[in-house]
Amino acid sequence: MALLEIKNLHVCVGDKEILKGLTLTIEQGTVHAIMGPNGSGKSTLSNVIAGNPVYEVTEGEILFKGKNLLALKTDERANEGVFLGFQYPIEIPGVSYATFLKQALSCKRKYLGETPLDPVQFIKRLKIRAQALGVSDDMLKRSVNVGFSGGEKKRLETLQMAFLEPDFCILDEMDSGLDVDALRVVGQGVGIMREKCRSFMLITHYQRLLDYIEPDIVHIMINGKIVASGDKLLALRVEEKGYACYK
Amino acid sequence: MAQKEIENIIDASYKYGFETDVETETAPKGLSEEVIRFISTEKKEPKWLLDFRLKAYNHWLSLKEPQWAKIKYPPIDYQSLYYYTVPKKKKNLKSLDEVDPEILKTYEKLGIPLQEQKALAGVVAVDAVFDSVSVATTYQKHLAEKGIIFCSMSEAVQNHPELIKKYLGSVVPYTDNFFACLNSAVFSDGSFVFIPKSVKCPMELSSYFRINARHSGQFERTLIIAEEGSYVSYLEGCTAPQRDENQLHAAVVEIVVLKNAEVKYSTVQNWYPGDKNGVGGIYNFVTKRGLCHDYAKLSWTQVETGSAITWKYPSCVLLGDHSVGEFYSVALTNNYQQADTGTKMLHLGKNTRSTIVSKGISAGYSNQTYRGLVKMSKNALNGRNFSRCDSLLIGNKCGAHTIPVLINENKTAQVEHEATTSRISEEQLFYCEQRGVNPEDAVSLIVNGFCKEVMQQLPMEFAIEAGKLIGISLEGSIG
Repeated sequence: MALLEIKNLHVCVGDKEILKGLTLTIEQGTVHAIMGPNGSGKSTLSNVIAGNPVYEVTEGEILFKGKNLLALKTDERANEGVFLGFQYPIEIPGVSYATFLKQALSCKRKYLGETPLDPVQFIKRLKIRAQALGVSDDMLKRSVNVGFSGGEKKRLETLQMAFLEPDFCILDEMDSGLDVDALRVVGQGVGIMREKCRSFMLITHYQRLLDYIEPDIVHIMINGKIVASGDKLLALRVEEKGYACYK
Repeated sequence: MAQKEIENIIDASYKYGFETDVETETAPKGLSEEVIRFISTEKKEPKWLLDFRLKAYNHWLSLKEPQWAKIKYPPIDYQSLYYYTVPKKKKNLKSLDEVDPEILKTYEKLGIPLQEQKALAGVVAVDAVFDSVSVATTYQKHLAEKGIIFCSMSEAVQNHPELIKKYLGSVVPYTDNFFACLNSAVFSDGSFVFIPKSVKCPMELSSYFRINARHSGQFERTLIIAEEGSYVSYLEGCTAPQRDENQLHAAVVEIVVLKNAEVKYSTVQNWYPGDKNGVGGIYNFVTKRGLCHDYAKLSWTQVETGSAITWKYPSCVLLGDHSVGEFYSVALTNNYQQADTGTKMLHLGKNTRSTIVSKGISAGYSNQTYRGLVKMSKNALNGRNFSRCDSLLIGNKCGAHTIPVLINENKTAQVEHEATTSRISEEQLFYCEQRGVNPEDAVSLIVNGFCKEVMQQLPMEFAIEAGKLIGISLEGSIG
């Protein structure tokens, strides 16, 4: 079953059209990689799915679990199960990761009509996830994204993903600026989360990340459209020959 | 769009805006020697206190309302106010059972327990001031066992005149400023605290001020005396009904911290701020000051979310050597609120230290100013001050201003000042919302994070309440 269906999506920032009729279907339980050169619209795509208000959808539709995703607000999309791992995670001074995730989870439970969060259970669950990804208790007490290295930030983005258990995870250039160890953590996070009902969309410049997360399908995106799709070999071919032949 | 959302979230809904229907007795409208005599007679005051009031009144007549603050309001007609309003009651209440049940209900609605057995398991003693008088003080007996006096100012005048005579006006003289002078002439009630030598007060002491009557001002006066080596933590809360008129509140707080003593004074000020168009709300002109002797410490913590106008500079006079002053402040203004607030740290003794942390959040069309004075006098050998003033702007129609004055007359003293101004960014909101947090909660989360350092200074029960209050005050600033 399709988890996400994007049909003929056109998106503008200001007067400039960035996505120019993009169509993409992501089945449940699959990992898709989207590769493309700078400025091809990869980050725009991930932001539009997540509901970043900077981008304006001028045409087309996005269905998530059969629902019209574009009619939902950003937080509603998140609570329906859309997660975006940020390329540049945003600082929130004075708010600890623990507080932040507690707020996020209690909003989600409220949205889904579930019973309120039990604080003891919350801490337990958070610590289990944190341990698995090598995040210390001390890090959880520090302010969200303040004063962390690039690698630590991505590790903590991965933790948030693992903790919130979304159905659809977008990782927007999570590999940029990461050393091998940090890449491995991201790969490990995705690895433990790979399930029948959960899908991933990896946005990346390089084939490198795909050494740690094996994709089911690779798409090449050029100038606001998907121009080629294939298996992992496609990524290797691009790595070798560049994007020139698709332009 | 996100910016607009933020603006809509800050539409404050004021849940303390109800009115209590009680019969009241008032002094004649307006201000005159006759009215002051009336108040003094009603309260059966000794002559020296009446003289104090009259001296203050005559001095006040020679004063002009100060104009230096960055606030705007139509002229206040001091003759159209009632200076003394009390709920009608039987003479001499013997127990809480005799307090008008309507008033008890009011405090219950406000979440302030006046029945001791219902109070927070004995951690907070409360003095409740309703319009011009104190209606109840809890746990007095329990505290008296340790020699602690916690009662209304009126009771203190009757029962401990020697202390009042010695200390009233000793930190804030009636000549201090226009509003303090007015207060000295007409103050009606307030709280009195006395902690004897070497006693650590075993519970938080708390006053709860409520303005109820129409066209009435509230002029309470608080006096705290911490004797040598003693400690007390004191909390103050305030609310008022929602009305379309502006009401005047001009209080004075005086604190005497003797050698080696420590006083922690926390305020959560939530007077009615006016509606979203700036109609109504309390004019809050308050003078708060403490005098620290050798090795004494005074710490002010304030969370200011209410009032149409706030004019307030809780200050420390660091007279004694090695004394310490602290000021931690969160001021949140929304809609058309105006706040001009800050502190004064006057370093007179040697090796005195002070810390100022001020967090201002402006939303809507509001304006706020941090105004601070740090003065190292000639004798302030090795004095140290550190100040930080951070402003957070929500939306693009509000204003934040910082006016720090630093005077250093001693070469060995050091004064440091840091300031930042920032804005809740769309990126921060998007990040929170992407994690499933709705815009209202996201703003509240970000603002609470911004104020964390100050909120941590509040006693636990208060900190949680204050955190929620900030969320409520921000309602409608996004949406």
